[in-house]
Amino acid sequence: MKLLSRLLIPLGLVASVIAAFTFLQLESAALLSRDGLGQMAAYASGFMSPDLSPAHLQAIGLGTLETLAMSAIGTLLAALAGLLLALPAAGRFGLLPQATSRLLLNALRAIPELVWAALMVLAAGLGPNAGTLALALHTAGVLGRLFAEALENTPTQPGDALRMAGSGRIAAFCYGTLPSLWPQLVAYTLYRWENNIRLASVLGFVGAGGLGQMLYMSLSLFQEAQAATVILAMLLMVLAVDSLSAWARQRWVRS
Amino acid sequence: MLNPALARRDPAAASRLMLTLLAVALLWPGLKLSELDLGVLFDGSNADTMGTFLSAFWPPEHSAEFLGLLWQATLETLAIATVGMTLALAVAIPCALLATRALSLSALSRDGRPAWWAQVFRWPVRGLLILLRSIPEIVWALLFVRAVGLGPTAGVLAIAITYAGMLGKVYAEIFESVDPLPARALLGAGASRLQAFFYGVLPQATGEMLSYTVYRWECAIRASVVMGFVGAGGLGQQMDLSMRMFAGGEVASMLLTFLLLVLLADLLSRLLRWRFA
Repeated sequence: MKLLSRLLIPLGLVASVIAAFTFLQLESAALLSRDGLGQMAAYASGFMSPDLSPAHLQAIGLGTLETLAMSAIGTLLAALAGLLLALPAAGRFGLLPQATSRLLLNALRAIPELVWAALMVLAAGLGPNAGTLALALHTAGVLGRLFAEALENTPTQPGDALRMAGSGRIAAFCYGTLPSLWPQLVAYTLYRWENNIRLASVLGFVGAGGLGQMLYMSLSLFQEAQAATVILAMLLMVLAVDSLSAWARQRWVRS
Repeated sequence: MLNPALARRDPAAASRLMLTLLAVALLWPGLKLSELDLGVLFDGSNADTMGTFLSAFWPPEHSAEFLGLLWQATLETLAIATVGMTLALAVAIPCALLATRALSLSALSRDGRPAWWAQVFRWPVRGLLILLRSIPEIVWALLFVRAVGLGPTAGVLAIAITYAGMLGKVYAEIFESVDPLPARALLGAGASRLQAFFYGVLPQATGEMLSYTVYRWECAIRASVVMGFVGAGGLGQQMDLSMRMFAGGEVASMLLTFLLLVLLADLLSRLLRWRFA
């Protein structure tokens, strides 16, 4: 049995790889021929001289700000919606609301941001508004689930004590439960914001604003020089966010 | 005891209010820039179009012809992910060997720390890997769609490039994290670096490498669906077409297929990881 699985799994893997190659019928010969490579090189050489004119740089600066704004507002909306959905999902209002809100959270989370963005562009028109809504919808699903788990694991005694001393439900939640929950909520939200900055820059490919839309436009107009600058800006933004978050993590989260 | 009238007030209210005001003031320009407007969603004509689109979601399209198309698209998505991962592996493993410190000869006599000039020679490969993985795969896909045309080839190349960067970095780190003594003993006894790798490092690193690779394959399936939206083939491209035609039923069945695919990939990858780890 062990020998069988030891042989079968690698054989299955190799067979599926071969099947995948034959299914796609990649024209690698055409791609790797002198002609194909020459065309690729000609196309790539257009990107070697990025457009650094002040007007274009200003447009990119605006696009970067738009991307950051989309991610920040989208994450904030998502945190609010996530908290509202997390309360029933953690079982605070009984079983039926719990099951419904969990289903809703899973559905929101399972659909990728870009698909949400394509749907939102249909629903709300082109522009950063659609991107913000798309980020908010997907992130609400992710944060809602994380918040619900945090809510379930938080100690209930402070809230219970307040309730027994006669305070209302809302006051007991705000002054009994929230203080111990707060740091976790903030940490999760910041982490998702970091992810969303990266995502917000590509949502524009389906028309949802930000740097992505600039890149899509300039590639559609065959302006390789302008496109190269946008890609550089994206690269810089991703590297900056990465190093900033690594630094912040070392500075504050070292346990 | 406190004055009851005083005790009813929240002692931290003032500072909380100030923090909230500060946050709102900081986010206000963001609100302007992101043009957030929830009203558009419920605006007359928009809401009507979306209403008909969404009401077409049920029942999902299930004619035999469409299901055939869906099956082809799903297979294409799986094939893009698999071929992309295979090409990525072919690039990642040599790059990881070049980038890792685990096979450094100069580290042998220096207690595991390579000489500075040896590190300088590793930097170009590391920089290349950083560059490959820092540009999102969908940007690569968009570029390749313009270079090689619509279809799965662009998706395969995009996955190959981005995932080569990720796998190369992680493999190099895995090689460095295993017990270095067997490889050092082999190198010290005069084995070549490849021999030291195959007999000193690889046996310890296989499990972790396989489990990470399977996890990445699962990510590649999700990525290849998303990349279809810029024209890189597979399920995503069909979904984009159906959305543009406002064919709600088709979008619904494709979303269901996507969810099912992700679920199955997750199960399979858990199974494989459990088997290898």
